[in-house]
Amino acid sequence: MLSMSTNNLSYNDQGGSDSAVEVGQETTPTSSNAGAGFGLFSTNFKKNDDLKEMLESNKDSLKLDAMKRIIALIAKGKNASELFPAVVKNVASKNIELKKLVYVYLVRYAEEQQDLALLSISTFQRALKDPNQLIRASALRVLSSIRVPIIVPIMMLAIKEAASDMSPYVRKTSAHAIQKLYSLDPDQKEHLIEVIDKLLKDKSTLVAGSVVMAFEEVCPDRIDLIHKNYRKLCNLLVDVEEWGQVVIITMLTRYARTQFTSPWKEDGLFDENSETAFYESDEKKTKNGDEKKSYMMDPDHRLLLRNTKPLLQSRNTAVVVSVAQLYWHLAPKHEVGVITKSLVRLLRSHREVQYVVLQNIATMSIQRKGMFEPYMKSFYVRSTDATHIKSLKLEILTSLANEANISTILREFQTYVKSQDKQFAAGTIQAIGRCATNISEVTDTCLQGLVLLLSNRDETVVAESVVVIKKLLQTQPTQHSDIIKHMAKLFDNIAVPMARASILWLMGEYCERVPQIAPDVLRKMAKSFTSEEDIVKLQTVNLAAKLYLTNSKQTKLLTQYILNLGKYDQNYDIRDRTRFIRQLIVPNEKSGALGKYARRILLAPKPAPVLESTYKDRDRYQLGTLSHTINTKASGYLELSDWPAVAPDQSVRNVEVIEPVKEWAPSLGKTGKSKLSKSSDDKFYSDSGEEKEKGSGSSSSDDSSSSSSSSSEESSSEAESDEEKSSSQSSEESDKSSSLSEKSSSESDSEQKKTTKKPPQKKTVKPTTKDSDSDENGNVAKETSSSSAEETSSGSESGSDADSHSGTDRKKKTKSKAKPKMEVKSTKEVSLLKEVSLLDLDDFTPTPVTRPKMSVLSPSLLGDLEGLSLSNISSTIQVSGPAFVPEKRHDLLHRMTGKGLSAQYQFPRQPCLYQPTMVSVQISLTNTTDHPLEQIHIGDRGPTGLDMHCFNTVECLLPEASVTVSLGVDFNDSTQAANFQLCTKEDQFSVSIQPAVGELFLPATMTEQDFRKEQGKLLGMNESSATITMAAENTTRQPISRQVATVANLGVVPSGQDNIHRFAGKTASSGAVVLVTVELRESSAALITINTEKSVMGPMLLRDLKRALARA
Amino acid sequence: MINSLFLINPSGEIFLEKHWKSVVSRSVCDYFLEAKEKALEPEDVPPVIHTPHHYLISIYRDKLFFLSVIQTEVPPLFVIEFLHRVAEMIQDYFGECSETVVKDHMVMVYELLEEMLDNGFPLATESNVLKEMIRPPTILRSVVNTLTGTSNVGDTLLTGQLSTIPWRRAGVRYTNNEAYFDVVEEIDAILDQSGTTVFAEIQGVVEACVKLSGMPDLTLSFMNPRLLDDVSFHPCVRYKLWESERVLSFIPPDGNFTLMTYHVNAQNLVAIPVYVKQSISFFECGSDGRLDVTVGPKQTMGKTVEGVMVTVHLPKTILSINLTATQGSYTYDNGTKVTTLWDIGKLNPQKLPNLRGSLSLQAGAPKPEENPSLNIDLKIQQLAISGLKVNRLDMFGEKYKPFKGVKYITKAGKFQVRT
Repeated sequence: MLSMSTNNLSYNDQGGSDSAVEVGQETTPTSSNAGAGFGLFSTNFKKNDDLKEMLESNKDSLKLDAMKRIIALIAKGKNASELFPAVVKNVASKNIELKKLVYVYLVRYAEEQQDLALLSISTFQRALKDPNQLIRASALRVLSSIRVPIIVPIMMLAIKEAASDMSPYVRKTSAHAIQKLYSLDPDQKEHLIEVIDKLLKDKSTLVAGSVVMAFEEVCPDRIDLIHKNYRKLCNLLVDVEEWGQVVIITMLTRYARTQFTSPWKEDGLFDENSETAFYESDEKKTKNGDEKKSYMMDPDHRLLLRNTKPLLQSRNTAVVVSVAQLYWHLAPKHEVGVITKSLVRLLRSHREVQYVVLQNIATMSIQRKGMFEPYMKSFYVRSTDATHIKSLKLEILTSLANEANISTILREFQTYVKSQDKQFAAGTIQAIGRCATNISEVTDTCLQGLVLLLSNRDETVVAESVVVIKKLLQTQPTQHSDIIKHMAKLFDNIAVPMARASILWLMGEYCERVPQIAPDVLRKMAKSFTSEEDIVKLQTVNLAAKLYLTNSKQTKLLTQYILNLGKYDQNYDIRDRTRFIRQLIVPNEKSGALGKYARRILLAPKPAPVLESTYKDRDRYQLGTLSHTINTKASGYLELSDWPAVAPDQSVRNVEVIEPVKEWAPSLGKTGKSKLSKSSDDKFYSDSGEEKEKGSGSSSSDDSSSSSSSSSEESSSEAESDEEKSSSQSSEESDKSSSLSEKSSSESDSEQKKTTKKPPQKKTVKPTTKDSDSDENGNVAKETSSSSAEETSSGSESGSDADSHSGTDRKKKTKSKAKPKMEVKSTKEVSLLKEVSLLDLDDFTPTPVTRPKMSVLSPSLLGDLEGLSLSNISSTIQVSGPAFVPEKRHDLLHRMTGKGLSAQYQFPRQPCLYQPTMVSVQISLTNTTDHPLEQIHIGDRGPTGLDMHCFNTVECLLPEASVTVSLGVDFNDSTQAANFQLCTKEDQFSVSIQPAVGELFLPATMTEQDFRKEQGKLLGMNESSATITMAAENTTRQPISRQVATVANLGVVPSGQDNIHRFAGKTASSGAVVLVTVELRESSAALITINTEKSVMGPMLLRDLKRALARA
Repeated sequence: MINSLFLINPSGEIFLEKHWKSVVSRSVCDYFLEAKEKALEPEDVPPVIHTPHHYLISIYRDKLFFLSVIQTEVPPLFVIEFLHRVAEMIQDYFGECSETVVKDHMVMVYELLEEMLDNGFPLATESNVLKEMIRPPTILRSVVNTLTGTSNVGDTLLTGQLSTIPWRRAGVRYTNNEAYFDVVEEIDAILDQSGTTVFAEIQGVVEACVKLSGMPDLTLSFMNPRLLDDVSFHPCVRYKLWESERVLSFIPPDGNFTLMTYHVNAQNLVAIPVYVKQSISFFECGSDGRLDVTVGPKQTMGKTVEGVMVTVHLPKTILSINLTATQGSYTYDNGTKVTTLWDIGKLNPQKLPNLRGSLSLQAGAPKPEENPSLNIDLKIQQLAISGLKVNRLDMFGEKYKPFKGVKYITKAGKFQVRT
């Protein structure tokens, strides 16, 4: 209500001012209309003086008027440079509009008035320090636009400073300024490259487009600057503004052509793998059962294709075409088809857009007819199309013609031939000629059609037809003497000189096929020779000469007559030709040796002209470029290189160096711990490899301390001491990894070093019995690393690992992972594997627990580890392994609703590897469709705000295959469902995980005394109890334990009394103690007591327990 | 990138120039003017011209040539798209894009161009951002400006360009919050003499006019999104959600914008709302011919067809025509193109409009080879011919209840009847 009334009020206010203004308008006639201003000016050129006065006046409004008139002069292209001194004085004006106009003026004339322009520099320098980012940006913009060589150092300094400005907008401006400075003084290149390198690292979408533009202009050959930013650029691309997208896509196309191997050679590519065998990920893939695909696309290559595809839907035609050319030049052949629809869509756009798009389609359609054939009708010509559009469409239709559609196309062509646009009609005839040569089935039909056109009234059509027929006949002269005859018959009716000449040429060339007619035609020509056009006369002479050679008996006299006529012709060309021919063919003593060869000269077989598209050779230029459009190399055109035979090292794109050891260094439960701070810190671009390192690091015993807050000091001091000992390798690594957030890097460094240092010490003690365990651990490490990399760019190394695993089930994974690694990796690594299990066993005595189900990770081991790290919470309580892991799976996504993707989840009851407060959930994804599902990942998490650790994107799930991924969810100790979206490449499904209350606990072990003590603290409100009647078989210890364990993830507390059973646990998120007592009474009654400070969870757990224990 | 821009009127006069890098002499336009002389129609001027030192990329729009000068390799569409944006921006600011309008607002256009490019690279092309920097003129404001000495240049700090949603300005407030969507479909078709469809397709566009306060997050869903075969979106639309759920989710720009364009699956047969019976013939002997055109409704889904217009491009040799229309009026233009425009208006199924009469050719001119083609224009209100329907519009992120409206219109696009 309140806001309503204020709104009304303000509205009324406005109304009031409106009316006031209207009144004002009536009283004051528009005095300073800009248009009127310069209207006046142009009539009276002397007004320049008054402009000067106005600029020097004190009133801003006068100055403004003057500036407006000056700008209008500039806009019209008139010279206003003499006002420079007067204008430049106003550069420091307080009035923003005036200032802007002065800036505009300065930029235009500074180059011409360099000395005076320098007066303004100090103003800009001051403004560069302004607290307002927009003022800083605009000052830099103008400063860099002043093309005065003297200020180059100042500009350089300003650019450098702006490149590290807080505001992305200022940084963007500095990227623009780089280009300006470069064009002003190319000597600054080296310094500018430094700035470009710096700005390329910028993560703002605002900057990306501009800096890539600068890169393209200043140092397009410095491809090495792109490596580290490649993945970032790919990932940012969708959010960059549209103009930037075009530039980035073009640059990435070039980049990709130098860095990846060709996806086009699809067969016989098996050897490709041996070449790339030294890349771990590649090799793993091949060994992983993916053998049927011999070519494995570099994940980065795939990343580019995947991230550009949505841009085909852009409203900006330039973006669409740049993506199209990217696909054309980079994508595997079978994927290029996705661009067709979008390109055809652009044909609805403006005429100029159509022109460029059609040109590109013309080039594409020559190589790949199939792409555009379904859209053939979109290229039908309308009478309202512009001429160049028409001919382009014709070109494409001709390229698309094949046996199947030729009749449709020819029918369409028939309409075009009748067009009023004769140039277009002539083009159509040529197109028919091309179709006729390309598709032999229709050659005859086309020829006949063309012959019919010979009787057309229009000269150009007839001439073109004759010329095309001539060409066609040349390609297959043997069968078509009747057409030549027909043309001879038509000869009398054809008036177009070019057509007549063509027919005469045909007669002469094939005179042997029409021995009767040719002399007759010559006879007619002899009659009308004097009245013919020059080209006809020339061809008549030719015909005469040829006939003389083949059939001199009949034509000797005619020939001599014609030669005589020609001898005295007005045209010297004809006289010359006649003289030449006479000497050549008529034997006399002067003719000499040449006469012998007359026949070979005149009747030499002539190669048939090739009818082909004018777009044939355009594919040497990158599509979508200016060079392609004008079919010549434009200045500044950057050649698209050929695919390299062997891909350059792909690791250069990794944001951080990854040690070869890291991947298989197994990690255990505490990875999650050490990452506590991390995973929240650097979600983006934290390198997965790094986290893996950590995983391995955390397996060392002292590492657990690094996670607990109290001992951070210790760990850092350790790090220092380690630093001295560490090998050069690891120090190098630490250097590189320092680009990460500082907080985590120090931690991880120390860990990494520990890892690399440890193996030799422990190696020897390894008990062989634990081998299997170590394998499992390795497996888990894998799981950890791949899923922890979730948030990093998916193209990173571990992402590629995950790719390779898609479509294989867990067992397979375990095997395949262990094997190739062992082979490839150094012994050092092997020792690492062993070392871990060793370490763990040193420190813990495993508690005997039942393991009804073989889970991926040995629960006991894990539980023990957890216990240690959490021990600071309660000295008496140790988290143990789960007593029981229920096998029950819950449906997450039914295959019907999931369009073939089905997902089930279960709670493995393992402490979450990512964060201790999370509950781990295993999801098994199954593909029930008949086609592979790509890019299964977690999308939008919904508003509930539950902290989740997603699994790594599953790149591809083959039909009938399933994969298990694990997830960490921090349920915050509530049974609120975790809602999120499970996404595939095409679809998104909203799913939710509803935890039972019992799954939110971690089992704990404690003594009976401790139990009592804790229980004593949790009385009153914190206690809930109920009496139930137990099912008969549940009255002994074993079944009760099992039932309780099924319901809740609690540990068994040894109990002295037979009738009292105790269970203990802690909640996952807050670590609150949960105590359950089941006291058996007589006649199968039992009292269940639950003590926990979580007063909501207590009753819920009680209800579940009641149900479970009472059940038969 | 883009070096300079010249605005040229159809008679070849350069009336505005703007340079973003060093000044390029306007004599470079001579190459263009030469090409323009050669072309019969302004549309026939090649969009890309190669001169010894520069490349000229031009568009022809609203009877104006926008000519840009390029010095180095750049995707031509990049420039073309930008030039169209310039034209749209002028249209957006001043209501129309014409020579007089540009001449009247020379300074403002110049300032806008200054803001749109920096060093030839697009800087701010979003209307929302530009309008924050340079306010569009209104009569009211120009009067206020003269009285108070304030200006059209925004003095507040713009945020749009700095925010993550560059297409929307911050702090939008309306007393009446409303969002209107127009679903406009155009039928592109070629019919042959006998009236059979050679080619037909439906292209649609969703135009939006959103005047909502704050930062509304809208979701627009269709009853039958499967109809849509190919789509393109305004940058504000979240592509991922479209892919997965087939809904348009977006934070809209303020004011008018094109939300999406779409192409309706070609497999669905396109309903052609009108039929045309025509006979145009020229007599072999003598110098005249006859024209007889009747238009009638065909598949109109029970709606009335309005705004029917038939344009006949007659051969150049036609000297004069003498026609009578049973409904509407016709005009005859004997300029560079000989056209007859027959404005019918509403189509009455009971009494079909007919245009007939005689054509006389220039004496001695040969009988035209091809009969002229007819271009049809029509409009059907409250109907999307493809059957597309908007299901609902939801708004998140703001508390108030907006007023929502959807309108459907079907129009003829490039609708041509061959004769």
